Amino acid sequence: MFDLTLAGARAGLRKGEFSSRDLTEAFLGAIETLNPVLNAFITVTPELALRHAASADAALARGEHGLLTGIPLAIKDLFCTQGVRTTAGSKILEHFIPPYESTVSANLLRDGAVFLGKANLDEFAMGSSNITSAFGPVVSPWTRNGDNRPLVPGGSSGGSAAAVAARLALGATATDTGGSIRQPASFCGITGIKPTYGRCSRWGIVAFASSLDQAGPVARTVEDCAIMLQSMSGFDPKDSTSADLPVPDFAAACRRGVKGLRIGVPREYRSDDMPPEIETMWQQGLAWLREQGAEIVDVSLPHTKYGLATYYIVAPAEASSNLARYDGVRFSSRTDGADLNELYENTRAAGFGSEVKRRIMIGTYVLSAGYYDAYYLRAQKIRALILKDFTDVFRTVDALVTPTAPSAAFAQGERMDDPLKMYFNDVFTVPANMSGIPGMSVPAGLDAQGLPLGLQVLGRPFDEETVFAVGAAIERAAGFTALPGMRAGGGA
Amino acid sequence: MSYAIEGRTGPWEIVVGLEVHAQAITKSKLFSGAPANFGAEPNSQVSFVDAAFPGMLPVLNQEAVAQAVRTGLGLNAHINLVSRFDRKNYFYADLPSGYQISQFEHPIVGAGQIEIQLADGTTRQIGVTRLHLEQDAGKSLHDQHPTKSYIDLNRAGVPLMEIVSEPDIRSPEEAGAYVRKLRSILRYLGTCDGNMEEGSLRADVNVSVRKHGEPYRTRCEIKNVNSVRFVMLAIEAEAKRQIEVWEDGGTVQQETRLFDPNRNETRPMRSKEDAHDYRYFPDPDLLPVVLDEVWIAELKAALPELPDAKQARFTGDFGLSSYDAAVLVAERATADFYEAVAAGHDPKQAANWVTGDLFALLNRTGRTIEDSPVSAAALGALLGLIADNTISGKIAKQVFDIMAETGEDPAAIVQARGLRQVTDTSAIDAVVDAVLAANPDKVADYKAGKDKMFGFFVGQVMKAMAGKGNPALVNAALKARIG
Repeated sequence: MFDLTLAGARAGLRKGEFSSRDLTEAFLGAIETLNPVLNAFITVTPELALRHAASADAALARGEHGLLTGIPLAIKDLFCTQGVRTTAGSKILEHFIPPYESTVSANLLRDGAVFLGKANLDEFAMGSSNITSAFGPVVSPWTRNGDNRPLVPGGSSGGSAAAVAARLALGATATDTGGSIRQPASFCGITGIKPTYGRCSRWGIVAFASSLDQAGPVARTVEDCAIMLQSMSGFDPKDSTSADLPVPDFAAACRRGVKGLRIGVPREYRSDDMPPEIETMWQQGLAWLREQGAEIVDVSLPHTKYGLATYYIVAPAEASSNLARYDGVRFSSRTDGADLNELYENTRAAGFGSEVKRRIMIGTYVLSAGYYDAYYLRAQKIRALILKDFTDVFRTVDALVTPTAPSAAFAQGERMDDPLKMYFNDVFTVPANMSGIPGMSVPAGLDAQGLPLGLQVLGRPFDEETVFAVGAAIERAAGFTALPGMRAGGGA
Repeated sequence: MSYAIEGRTGPWEIVVGLEVHAQAITKSKLFSGAPANFGAEPNSQVSFVDAAFPGMLPVLNQEAVAQAVRTGLGLNAHINLVSRFDRKNYFYADLPSGYQISQFEHPIVGAGQIEIQLADGTTRQIGVTRLHLEQDAGKSLHDQHPTKSYIDLNRAGVPLMEIVSEPDIRSPEEAGAYVRKLRSILRYLGTCDGNMEEGSLRADVNVSVRKHGEPYRTRCEIKNVNSVRFVMLAIEAEAKRQIEVWEDGGTVQQETRLFDPNRNETRPMRSKEDAHDYRYFPDPDLLPVVLDEVWIAELKAALPELPDAKQARFTGDFGLSSYDAAVLVAERATADFYEAVAAGHDPKQAANWVTGDLFALLNRTGRTIEDSPVSAAALGALLGLIADNTISGKIAKQVFDIMAETGEDPAAIVQARGLRQVTDTSAIDAVVDAVLAANPDKVADYKAGKDKMFGFFVGQVMKAMAGKGNPALVNAALKARIG
């Protein structure tokens, strides 16, 4: 049962080969066994899951086949879930139980999904390795050949990616502000898509950087992501930045093929320090696409080199403002003080972890009088140039293919000494957030140590269909069947 | 003669600019669906957006945008087709999100102007720099608990229009006239109720002083002044304080101050270390506001006649004095009442009745024009009775008092109480003859040149007729006999 994809499980449910209850109990059992090691879930909700499963089974019995009826999913703990604690991976929201359901998770419930629990993440989605969670790091289900040191699953959606890779859920919601869907998908050997900014409503998702945050799915296959994104997407009048556009049939797009498509290879994504096996995998991916009828074209995105620097101005700036609401006055944990300022200081000193504090400091600094023009304003100008780079190349190509991350997963403790090194993880993923375009990571192979590597597909704004078509083509050619050592129904 | 304050070193000119915060009249808040009413139970009108719960997002209230545009049009101001919302970041317990959504760089309304009228009959144009939309904050209640403050978020997120003037104001009187005129325009437009007591209109007053012909000196901002009178008093008190500082060889420090009406003085509001760096930046949760010119034209076409236009019409078409017209147009309800009274009657006479007897009655009874004991229709009917000679002007005053007392129709009062004027010349002649016959000595005095006696005879005739004799006919009959 754990070998099923989301699409396969859906077919089995519809045929009555098993019930949603069977599936849900199996996943809950696997979580009970593996979560103590992986720490992929902050909160597991077995009762809620079984209730969802029961109503799904009743619906299936009535012949009602919703997009996701009966499918057990994990929900990143950044999505507010009504009546279920939502922590954003932070101590400051340790006891926060939202009285509302985020639009995206409500869409999944509308379509019959079963929620297993809330997936671990970097605190307020700030991180690339899931070590900043106040609820402890997530351990990747993968290990290097002959080396049992725990690896990071990537971040910030590390719990979501680890849960899917270890087969503790058929899919999971995730969010991507600078690569938080694609990089953990790449590290964990699964698929994830950050759709176009505005495709999924941000309403009810704890905000990190409002102009960059976007929800998307992680799942085992490209088609599974398509099915989930179909449900998650759509215009929401409660989010002013949500796009009032029809949602195309993403699953159908997976079957389109790439014949005649022009695929761009941005030369600025090449660097001398990139591991040779990533370069090799990249070339392999392009060869697969060429074999399937696509034309490969060299292109230039001249402002790529500024992406990371500007991202680390814009994202902290917005975060410093977005996180001001965690002040101990209303819903967050409070540490009292003699007066209001002390209450703020004590509450925020005790409630936020060091990475969050670092970003609040950076963000506050770059917005300060006298620095705004030099940092924030200039960053926004460069952001416009990054978007223009993409707009220009998408006049001549239909999609771009690049590596997802500059490395495979690293061990816990590696790169932890220098935040800047950690920030470098996002170098290939950040431009899609800065420009709002859709991006997907698809597993393409293993490195010499047996760790998965992903390829990134970037597409035109609101043209996720081409991204799915290209992603599916890579997936077909790659035939990626490797499995992590720690997983339900298998290994240790 | 322009206003100046005499100091030890000679006269000082004052320079004032006003930032008026006007709550826009809307059903719901600027960025949430919670109601924007005044006076509800604490924390009963608060949505999760207003309380800044995690993941909540603002959605702009279109009606608030329309109100801001209407106000801009009413101030003859430039409407910016593209404007933007920014975040003004600061921590306070009644500001749940830790930032106020406001318009910093690109306000919805640009430059406009307001014409003010002064007591000496002169008018001045005061420039309006801009109008922008922003959220109001909640209220901190410090008197509910010995050691804690309570927070009421009902007001959090209510739409405010901040209307900023140029530093064109040169006297307390001009400042008062400016606030009154702005309030009048807002109330005409129906964009703000102008209620300063409830805080739906409040002013921050920027004051500096200078010697004639100098560039501007440092200004101080007096926050949250909540009546026209206090605006005027605060300006004078603050200007005098600054003059003293300068004349004592000191330097005025730019700071925010509060006006204490009990002691008629301003004092510093907070220490300098609380000076905020607001870290403004565009709110990434909101798109730029892009207005459609056709929509603006529709709003413009639907605007009511504003006080200046109405005043011009009242002086031009009705021949009213500029003063009377200004009094009548200050409140739209008064102007409407007046026009209803004047319809079909002598407009000047109508103006005299409204500004005279009616205003006196309202003052006496503590009523407003909206619940006047005498309706516009009834007052009009009374004017009709005067015009068709049914009653004299003098009897009309008597009838008016009865109307105020009983609410009865004037014609019915005249009928029931027999107040109809006597126009029968033979009846008048008879009374005149009797009065002259009874006062032969006075007639002799009159004929000897004591012209004043004529009034005595009129009085006697009217008295004998219980005031109901037609004054013109009585005069004519007397003239015919004693010439």
